[in-house]
Amino acid sequence: MDNLDQIVGEAQSAFAAISDPDALEQVKARFLGKSGQITELLKGLGKLPPEEKKTAGAAINVAKTAVEAALNERREAIRKAALEARLAEEALDVTLPGRAEARGGLHPVTRTLERIESLFRSIGFEVADGPEIEEDFFNFTAMNTPEDHPARSMHDTFYLQNPDGTVADKVLLRTHTSPIQARYMKAHVERYGQLEKMPEIRIIAPGRVYRVDSDATHSPMFNQVEGLWVGEGVSFADLKGVIADFLKSFFETDDLVVRFRPSFFPFTEPSAEIDVAFMSGALKGRWLEIAGCGMVHPDVLRIAGIDPEKYTGFAFGFGQDRLTMLRYGVNDLRLFFEGDLRFLRQFA
Amino acid sequence: MKFSESWLRTLVDTELSSEELSHLLTMAGLEVEGLEPVAPQFNDVVVAQVLEVVKHPDADRLNVCKVDTGRGEPTTIVCGAPNVAVGLRVPCALPGAQLPGDFVIKIAKVRGIESSGMLCSAKELGIAEEASGLLILPVDAPVGQSIRQYLDLDDNQFELKLTPNRADCLSLTGVAREVAAIAGAQAKLIDVPEVATTIADQRAVVLDALEACPLYFGRVLKGVNAKAPTPEWMKRRLERSGIRSISALVDVTNYVMLELGQPLHAFDNTKLEGAVHARMAKPEEKLLLLNEQTIAIDADILVIADDAKPLAMAGIMGGEESGITLETGELFLESAFFAPKAIAGRARRYGFGSDASHRFERGVDFGGTRRAIERATQLIIDICGGAAGPVVEARAEMPARKPVRLRTARACAVIGMTFSPEQIAGLFNGLGLPFVREGNDFLVTPPTWRFDLEIEEDLIEEIARLHGYDKIPAPAPRGNLKMLVQTEAQRPQARIRQLLVDRGYQEVVNFAFVEEGWEADFAANADLIRLANPIASQMAVMRSTLFGGLISNLVTNLKRKQSRVRLFETGRTFHRDVQGGPVGGFHQPWKLAGLAYGGALPEGWAGGTRKVDFYDVKGDLEALLAPAQLRFEKLVHPALHPGRAARVLLDGRDIGCIGELHPEWIQKYDLPQAPVVFEIDFAAVTEVSVPAYAEVSKFPPVIRDLAIVVDQGVALQTLLDALKAQSPALVNDVQLFDVYTGKGVPENKKSLAFRIVMQDTQRTLQDTEVDLAMQQLVSCLEQAFAAQLRA
Repeated sequence: MDNLDQIVGEAQSAFAAISDPDALEQVKARFLGKSGQITELLKGLGKLPPEEKKTAGAAINVAKTAVEAALNERREAIRKAALEARLAEEALDVTLPGRAEARGGLHPVTRTLERIESLFRSIGFEVADGPEIEEDFFNFTAMNTPEDHPARSMHDTFYLQNPDGTVADKVLLRTHTSPIQARYMKAHVERYGQLEKMPEIRIIAPGRVYRVDSDATHSPMFNQVEGLWVGEGVSFADLKGVIADFLKSFFETDDLVVRFRPSFFPFTEPSAEIDVAFMSGALKGRWLEIAGCGMVHPDVLRIAGIDPEKYTGFAFGFGQDRLTMLRYGVNDLRLFFEGDLRFLRQFA
Repeated sequence: MKFSESWLRTLVDTELSSEELSHLLTMAGLEVEGLEPVAPQFNDVVVAQVLEVVKHPDADRLNVCKVDTGRGEPTTIVCGAPNVAVGLRVPCALPGAQLPGDFVIKIAKVRGIESSGMLCSAKELGIAEEASGLLILPVDAPVGQSIRQYLDLDDNQFELKLTPNRADCLSLTGVAREVAAIAGAQAKLIDVPEVATTIADQRAVVLDALEACPLYFGRVLKGVNAKAPTPEWMKRRLERSGIRSISALVDVTNYVMLELGQPLHAFDNTKLEGAVHARMAKPEEKLLLLNEQTIAIDADILVIADDAKPLAMAGIMGGEESGITLETGELFLESAFFAPKAIAGRARRYGFGSDASHRFERGVDFGGTRRAIERATQLIIDICGGAAGPVVEARAEMPARKPVRLRTARACAVIGMTFSPEQIAGLFNGLGLPFVREGNDFLVTPPTWRFDLEIEEDLIEEIARLHGYDKIPAPAPRGNLKMLVQTEAQRPQARIRQLLVDRGYQEVVNFAFVEEGWEADFAANADLIRLANPIASQMAVMRSTLFGGLISNLVTNLKRKQSRVRLFETGRTFHRDVQGGPVGGFHQPWKLAGLAYGGALPEGWAGGTRKVDFYDVKGDLEALLAPAQLRFEKLVHPALHPGRAARVLLDGRDIGCIGELHPEWIQKYDLPQAPVVFEIDFAAVTEVSVPAYAEVSKFPPVIRDLAIVVDQGVALQTLLDALKAQSPALVNDVQLFDVYTGKGVPENKKSLAFRIVMQDTQRTLQDTEVDLAMQQLVSCLEQAFAAQLRA
């Protein structure tokens, strides 16, 4: 039966020489096909005497199994080689950039606004809004700033023309976000005034405001955010607590000092100006004016229909642009309003 | 308010350093804006007298001088100044002196002659910007004295940024009083004795507007030498207060105003006829003012007049004709109280202001009116000579000083900390506020110089301020924990902005006032809202669309080589409207507008070069409002290409527009290609439906495709609408999945392919009913649109 070993050896080397799957099947026929060598040997069994048939048959089957194993092994090897080749061919440069829409970005002042809103929401402040072409009444009178009040010279107000070219005397571009306070309080009183105990007012009111002023630190349009808390027993100490908490949260540091110094606004009394100083960084040690605030003037409460003996409150007004500049180190206010993508993309 | 620190220190005794004083003032509400030394550091410069001047033998422009520096033997100094002359007293820097700019004086040979010092100009001492020669000192300057001491150069200029309520600090006396209160120091206010009357001349004073002017002192002075020089000390104090020295008489009135806070006016007595009147202006009166402006005086303006004519706008500005000159020898001096209400806003109305109006409109101490006229008289006599007549006083009812009640408990509640009545009494005493105690209440009578103490809160502020804002606690906020309303049917604005950001848009913020041309081009707005006082012509009208700003941003960025630009802005637009919203006559809706320009995708290796088009941006809008279904219909809009513009409808409401920029504007604004823009109502974007559950079918859907050929001009929406109207109930979705024109489709026709989804939630559909439904759809399209089934 040396012949069988030879056949198996032949088949193994014949299979090994082939790397094409179709050719492999053809070579397979030489051994296992209808007239293949193994098949022929099996056919020849019938001619053998019965006592030899059994051993010869077993030997042939062993050889057949060996040939089949060699064939399968080779098939698998060829399949794997083909897969390898395909994978190699399909390989990508994974370092090429992804194929996607580029992301845009929020305006830096909006970014700041969203942070301010969320910080104040976390202590129960709602967001209020109001018109930008505002009535003289809400902008000044309701804010305890009557005609000819010297404080009006602090605001250089934009006025509007009537269609006939005359100056409209009842409306203006709001010079601060404080009229939103007045409107909100009035609406609040209309809604809850009849109650024995009015719910607290806790709002912030962001928005665009306008003043006749333009240079590196003044823009004729800029952004403010107003805050108001009116309720029973709200005090100046509470104001200090809220502001200190806000500034530390906004700048995410305890490394800053906040100071309140007396100031004057017609709509608050006592009034204060808020300065901050950072203990590190580029602005280290400098006092930076950041907001005005104070206890809501009793006349402002009275005009809104709130009894100042029963309720007190505080109000504050931050420059959103100023906070943004300090937060991100921007040094020219005008950049915010130029729409230059090279600037704006830095805040994406 | 600027002033010299050394002047202030003559009026209040304090050990505080300049910096401590500055901090204390700021923390008391008198913000120190500037604190500058009046001269830079230098030493060893003394008053010297020039004894001899001889030409330098080897230099044309130099002189060899013998100088007495008060240190024994005369010193030899070579000097190049053109104005050096024998007898002059000038500053001399001695050897070893260090002058500003690190300039050290040594004994050195100048062209062969030893020079032991330097004679100095004001510029060399750093006390003037420019100088044309040596600083010439008065003849009585003590030789040998340090020049710093002689010129009081170890002084600082303070600048206060005063709030309008603190007019009482518009004088050195006021600031000194405040320093005394906050530093616990002693004020040394000047003593003003009455000046002895030496002549009988006087002029009658008549008050005709008693509320506007309830108090007036006038006095005649004769034999005054208006040309007398102003003393150096006075000049110096004026200059360090930011007031230029003009002439002795003017300087004295300014000096007294700074010292006591009382603005004064001096008339040329020879120009006055009859009595002096304080009255309201008469119709058609005109006045030539000292600023050379001739004004028509409004009826609500208080004037000082004589029997014949108006002389001055009271408390604001004097008249040119009755004003004093260097020739004036006879004065009528005025010190009066004009009520803030009678002065406020008047100067501003005429476009100017003055130191006097600034003070009167805020309130001037009416307890010091007489003091001021006496003080000025004495100074005039001291400087200009002359004789004073008696003071004529006209007086009516003075402003009422109603006592203000302060309740201790209220003060504690508002400030948020405990004060004892004794503490409060101490603070009030420090401020010089007279009060009467009623238990724990204080009845405070505001002094004549305080116009800002009218209500209890004003006194509470005084307590808080004097105690120190920094000593008030800052407890963590406390309040009732009531949850905020969060309407599920409204998306937060932040979510909407973020969605646009995620789709590649960069947010911008533009001015609300724009160029008139933008309103014409992008809104055809004929009913402009103009500013009455714009700061520039390109910021003169309120915008009725956000398009102008976005196009302008695009132009700016293209100039900066940005080739792909996607922008959005949220903001109000402004429209005249009879209805109006919260402000009558104006509608001010919040809008959201966007602009896309350049490649549909960012430029890159995989990019393709397709430019952004209508459908890209429409896709963005649809994503923005999803899950709401928008409808779009053709629109003619001034900003947009008429064939590529659509009105955007949400539930049948017009919420805005979208389209390609009109080719005319593309040309006008010099854009290489067309941007696509949109503008919609922000409120519409924030609306969102709250989900409601509907049963999900357990039975499989049947999906059939349907391809038809229709005329090019048929809008898809009309087909979909017709299909929806005609569909049997089992059809629950019709989707367009292909649009084709070209080979196989006749000219002017297009092929549309729809995917029809049919389903029933209760049972499996039968083939026959599906076929019937398809038949219905086809015949609907055939009848309404002459559609042909495509094989």
